[in-house]
Amino acid sequence: MSFLVLDHLKKSFGQTQVVKDFNMSIEKGEFISFLGPSGCGKTTVLRMIAGFESPSDGTITINGKNQNGLKTNQRNIGMVFQAYALFPNMTVFDNVAFGLKVAGMQKSEIETRVKEMLKLIHLEHLADRYPYQMSGGQQQRVALARALAPKPQVLLLDEPLSALDAKIRVSLREEIRQIQRQLGITTVFVTHDQEEALSISDRIVVMNAGRADQIGTPSDIYNRPATRFVASFVGTLNMIEATVADPAANTVHIGENLVTLRESIGALKAGDKLSIALRPEAGSLSESAKGDTSLTGTVASSHFLGSVVRTRIDVGGTLISFDMFNSPDKALPQPGETVTLRFAASDLLLVKE
Amino acid sequence: MKISKILAWVALAIGVIYFIVPLIGTFEFSMRMRRGAYSFDAYDSVFSDMQFRSTFGFSMLMALFTIIFGMLLIVPTAYWVRLRLPQMRPVVEFITLMPLVIPAIVIVFGYLRLYNSSSYIPFTGSIQGTNILLVLSYITLSLPYMYRSVDTAMRTIDVRTLTEAAEILGAKWPTILFRCIFPNVMSGVLSGAFITFAIVMGEFTMAALLNRPAFGPYLQLIGANRAYEPAALAIIAFAITWLSMGLLQLVSRFSKMTPSRP
Repeated sequence: MSFLVLDHLKKSFGQTQVVKDFNMSIEKGEFISFLGPSGCGKTTVLRMIAGFESPSDGTITINGKNQNGLKTNQRNIGMVFQAYALFPNMTVFDNVAFGLKVAGMQKSEIETRVKEMLKLIHLEHLADRYPYQMSGGQQQRVALARALAPKPQVLLLDEPLSALDAKIRVSLREEIRQIQRQLGITTVFVTHDQEEALSISDRIVVMNAGRADQIGTPSDIYNRPATRFVASFVGTLNMIEATVADPAANTVHIGENLVTLRESIGALKAGDKLSIALRPEAGSLSESAKGDTSLTGTVASSHFLGSVVRTRIDVGGTLISFDMFNSPDKALPQPGETVTLRFAASDLLLVKE
Repeated sequence: MKISKILAWVALAIGVIYFIVPLIGTFEFSMRMRRGAYSFDAYDSVFSDMQFRSTFGFSMLMALFTIIFGMLLIVPTAYWVRLRLPQMRPVVEFITLMPLVIPAIVIVFGYLRLYNSSSYIPFTGSIQGTNILLVLSYITLSLPYMYRSVDTAMRTIDVRTLTEAAEILGAKWPTILFRCIFPNVMSGVLSGAFITFAIVMGEFTMAALLNRPAFGPYLQLIGANRAYEPAALAIIAFAITWLSMGLLQLVSRFSKMTPSRP
């Protein structure tokens, strides 16, 4: 049996159902990210695991034990909050020691454990500081140490990096992942930042309107989005409207281009409309590029973005964004120029609504 | 200099004169007890009066109890309203403002009707009971100031997240309240305490009608029977208020309870 099981979880606030039949099994030591836009229910699921909200229906099981009837302070869960939530009246040492004191540990044991935790986050030298004397990144590391000190069975991270600046965010997320691996602690991480989720998770749950639209590895989520929502939320994506040409041959028309799909569209009829997704980084404009599929169109615009050049190609009225690495030797495609975008047929993804 | 700036200075000067001149006059008068020379005789007379000591001590004790029990009532109330019942906030604010609208004499007559010696809760039937009633009435009087100062202090910390952070670390309600919340609203608690102290030390109506030997009725008694001592007492009462305000400033300035926020 999985370590953390969320079984048919539902949550309503008044008439509004914010979590609709959420199911998930998380293995011990896994790093799971809940990814989704604001209001999709990801934080509510996290808060239900923590015990701050009780499910309207469904069960939460940790290590085989039903958590539904347990209060927050009985669950042995660690949590890091977006707003740090360090106790302003306590020093770093006291903050980290708080959970241990509450658990009634011996003074010497507390001291050893706190030192161990501070060493883990490389802040041993700041043990006597108060939260207001530290930077946001340092405060969040202390919050992490505080959450880990009582050896929780599950660690919950509620958008812990959102309040930090970009550079600290990257370094801290790597640190969090490294500590999580080192301790082997089952972790649930809530974020609306797809890059964060893709970079540190074992698996990602993409949530939309209270449901899990897709659960999979970062590679699965990015390369094989299950729904139109996942495809559009994770990464930048071209959504192309195509018309079925021959269902038996899996061919569709994109503008005037006839394209053969890898996936079967045998259930559709000729003339039916369908949505196809194409990542901007798929393909090449080079004539020597490999690829069994091509789309010909005219360049609508071309923008230099530093390391990348983003070109928008008009293919029969549909604008397709295409990214290529900047090369000082290559000239930017000029608006009005006719170009052919070559890519593999497998780059075209059929997406469900 | 601009005309608006000059007018501002004039307004300030009028204000200062309005407040300071009567005070200087009172102080000057309090020094004239000895004929033909300035002296602190009036102050000597006041401080050596046994009744001054006993009433001052009594009011101090009442103020102390008012602060302790008032805070025990107000801090958890303000905390609970912020955390669980935010929709009750306007109601609680309205209730705490009532003592400013209802005159103290009306409140005390209400108390005397409800808690007289032949009622179901005969507070006034004994000295201890009357003292308890006096403390309760002082708590009522200080509600507008105490509640606001505590509530303002709570606004500076993220009460909900701090509570949740403590809860998930295994803490129960008493620990959360007394170790995580109370110390972080201490500046508000102390501000409320000093204002309460100043109010209780000068309060007359409640103490007089409940017939308790407090400092307020003593001030009135001396004022009615002596010449120079009331002026000295007025200056002493002002000094107490100023001292409270000074301590209040000190507390808010040196408070290190800066919240940790992104």
